[in-house]
Amino acid sequence: MHELSICRSIVDIVNRNAAGREVRAVHLQVGQLRQIVPDTLVYCWSLVNDDTPLAGSTLEVESIPAAIRCRSCAATTTISAPVLVCGSCSGTDVEIITGEEFLLTTLDLAEA
Amino acid sequence: MGRFHQHDDDHGHHDLDDKGDHSGYATGTERIEVLERIFDENDRMAAANRADFDAAGVTAVNLMSSPGAGKTALLRHTLERLQGCVRVGIVEGDIETSIDADRLDGFGAAVSLINTANGFGGECHLDAPMVRSALPRLPLAELDLLIVENVGNLVCPAEFQVGEHRRAMVYAITEGEEKPLKYPVMFRSADVVLVNKIDLLPHLDFDLDAFYTNLKAVNPNVPVIETSARTGQGVEQWCDWLSNRRHG
Ligand SMILES: Nc1nc2c(ncn2[C@@H]2O[C@H](COP(=O)(O)OP(=O)(O)OP(=O)(O)O)[C@@H](O)[C@H]2O)c(=O)[nH]1
Ligand SMILES: [Mg+2]
Ligand SMILES: [Zn+2]
Ligand SMILES: [Zn+2]
Repeated sequence: MHELSICRSIVDIVNRNAAGREVRAVHLQVGQLRQIVPDTLVYCWSLVNDDTPLAGSTLEVESIPAAIRCRSCAATTTISAPVLVCGSCSGTDVEIITGEEFLLTTLDLAEA
Repeated sequence: MGRFHQHDDDHGHHDLDDKGDHSGYATGTERIEVLERIFDENDRMAAANRADFDAAGVTAVNLMSSPGAGKTALLRHTLERLQGCVRVGIVEGDIETSIDADRLDGFGAAVSLINTANGFGGECHLDAPMVRSALPRLPLAELDLLIVENVGNLVCPAEFQVGEHRRAMVYAITEGEEKPLKYPVMFRSADVVLVNKIDLLPHLDFDLDAFYTNLKAVNPNVPVIETSARTGQGVEQWCDWLSNRRHG
């Protein structure tokens, strides 16, 4: 699915930042509110990089839990389902504080 | 795992001098910080599209749904109704065919087709570069409204901005009440939800209230319009929504 085209975007970012150096690992943060499946991403990573200089690299995905803050009572709730309801007062006027990340954080490169 | 040391901007980075460690690599490993959002490039292109729309005075709407929810059927009604008062352009995302684009022929709208087939089979969404590639085939300066019919898919179109000002989602009541909870990203990102195929309500075991409860859980304040491409119900309200959000 879209994990394939996402992997191609990641490849672009990796190649630009690695500037020709050997890449050993690529570290991502993926928020749990994203509909991006880490295992599928890792699988697609090997698929799109087969026969390329990135074939030996691994994709390491850190999953970031979703948390919301309530605008009426200021409570912060970590949510395990996509239901945006304050855990303290059941209000629905909430803002998402974490869980929407989709970042390439670091690269592990061979030392020159 | 290799041995790492953090890249540290204050002190510069120093190389590990012991070449060869337990990692199996011949040289040490250096970790560098990147901190780039994966969708940055798409989002930059989306901003460029939006700037072009703004310059031409065009409002862009990204129309999304699962396969077969009724996007094209509703668009036929929409074009018929807006013909002569709102100048509409359509970008059609279709995996292999021009069937949907052909269905929209004859209503005076400019239609630009994007075939999303690629080496891996059909693309499951439109992204900003694809929409950009469709723009030269549209007379933007002569349009008021651009509707992008996305590829039918509840998952990834929501992740990719294409340069739209507003997002509209078509949900068909044949799909089951629990869909907002299963596909929250798209339901949450919608600025309006069209509850389509409402003409079928008497024939289905569909619990409309349960659906609205689920929808409210993920997107509490989203406006809803009940529509039917069979009877034309709701098309007027939908066209009002489209027209009210025009610039100027
Ligand atoms: N009864 C009924 N059928 C509808 C309605 N809207 C669409 N349909 C039917 O549903 C089928 C799919 O409609 P389309 O308009 O092709 O759906 P779509 O969302 O454009 O589909 P894709 O572009 O393939 O994702 C067609 O057979 C339509 O006639 C409706 O409101 N009521
Ligand atoms: Mg269609
Ligand atoms: Zn996709
Ligand atoms: Zn609260």
